[in-house]
Amino acid sequence: MYSEAVLDHFSNPRNVGELDGANAVGTVGNAKCGDIMKMYLKIEDGIITDAKFKTFGCGAAVATSSMATEMVKGKSVEDALKLTNQAVVEALDGLPPEKIHCSVLAEEAIKAAIADYYEKQGLDTTGILGCGGNCAQCCGHHHE
Amino acid sequence: MPNLVYADHAATAPVKPQVLEAMLPYLAENYANPSSLYPFAYKAKIAVDTARKQVADLLGANEKEIYFTSCGSESDNWAIKGAVDASKTEKPHIITTAIEHHAVLHTCQALEKRGAEVTYLGVNAQGLISLDELKAAIRPETVLISVMFANNEIGAIQPIAEIGEVAREHGILFHTDAVQAVGHVKIDVEAMKIDLLSLSGHKFGTPKGVGAMYMRKGVRIGSLIHGGGQERRKRAGTENVPYIVGLGEAARLAKEHLSENAARLSKMRDRLIEEIEKLPYTFLTGPRENRLPGLASFCIEGIEGEALLLNLYQAGVCASSGSACSSGDLDPSHVLLAIGLPHHIAHGSLRLSLGEMTTDADVDHILEALPQVVSHLRNMSPVWENGKPAWHAE
Repeated sequence: MYSEAVLDHFSNPRNVGELDGANAVGTVGNAKCGDIMKMYLKIEDGIITDAKFKTFGCGAAVATSSMATEMVKGKSVEDALKLTNQAVVEALDGLPPEKIHCSVLAEEAIKAAIADYYEKQGLDTTGILGCGGNCAQCCGHHHE
Repeated sequence: MPNLVYADHAATAPVKPQVLEAMLPYLAENYANPSSLYPFAYKAKIAVDTARKQVADLLGANEKEIYFTSCGSESDNWAIKGAVDASKTEKPHIITTAIEHHAVLHTCQALEKRGAEVTYLGVNAQGLISLDELKAAIRPETVLISVMFANNEIGAIQPIAEIGEVAREHGILFHTDAVQAVGHVKIDVEAMKIDLLSLSGHKFGTPKGVGAMYMRKGVRIGSLIHGGGQERRKRAGTENVPYIVGLGEAARLAKEHLSENAARLSKMRDRLIEEIEKLPYTFLTGPRENRLPGLASFCIEGIEGEALLLNLYQAGVCASSGSACSSGDLDPSHVLLAIGLPHHIAHGSLRLSLGEMTTDADVDHILEALPQVVSHLRNMSPVWENGKPAWHAE
């Protein structure tokens, strides 16, 4: 059972598609597990001015991607890095227990995009990704 | 929601009005226990006997071979556990398939923990077992062959008569989980040499909560539910008279209309298959022939099944999927994996199952809604690039 907010973000996802001029792109998840999220961010003067996503996955995967893009838009990179999966879950008025991993993927996708940005700037990316980033081996399900 | 098209009859079918009507007196004025000996109870007793005859007639069985249960899962549990209990073999061996319903698979797994050995036969890409593999799997300790009649996810109908022949030749009990088949395809337990058969009422017009098991005369298996002397002392519990009456009526109606229903449903099913297969990177799962008349199943690459179902529902269609997310599981359906599909493709499965109330207009609606939903999800999918799935990219 999904909340109204999840169904709303699934039915009318915000910020879907590729983002022209994105300078931070991150992909997490893998097709074997049935969820892949690709985040596109446009970062100007340390502020995320635009965010878009493409997601292959279930209703919760789409809804958490949509909500995560909404939540990081307008934020500084530092603040966006503080976005937790719990915050995404709360903003969606909760997720079924077996779908919590989707919110983890959304958090990781934002972090992966920012890590990509840092890397392009020649900055240290250690510690940005909460996991090893080894998405091919991981379905995110153990993050609960 | 206006015009909701229900295309999930393999999950459960609506209660038929005639079934409900037949049941009502036994929910109200005729409340007696059929085991009671005063005349007030005769009507209930006669009603249960009549229903038993109606179910037997649908299967080509004798009424003394029909035992009412609470559901298909109970019948499966009873047949398998009962056959193993009765075998008195030290290390009983069961042959079943990799694509059984969980009511069979998990029962077999439970018996494995108690020391039984189980062979899970694989299936080909269409979901059919090989008779040669079946024969090769038989051992001196084999006490039961349990092969489902028709698969609930991909509609594949197994060569039941041939399997029955092999089992009979070797003196091994043959059980078939016929939950998806009964009421939809012709079954003759005599000709097919079936010893034990499970069925469930709600797949063909009763409310949920009633099933039956056919046990061929002369077959002896242990009981699952011990207690009173109901069901010829084999299945205790006061008879669920109204539901049993409903099952009888559903069986009578199914027998009466079986050929015409199957012909009508197959036609609509084939139209779905023909049109949906035209979508790029979309293919039928299960066989083209030997397929349940109302069941069309597909894999649609580049999208995930649960999202597909949610979007289809918003477009007014109730359907089903074997994707991991739609089942709350980590892996996609064991059936889709058994027919050799990789995980990333099995996640995009769709099952449309039609029933008696399905109309051509419903099929039109599905065929209009589905391509739009698929295109919406593919546009959103990072694994869909330049009109094809990433795994097909050069």
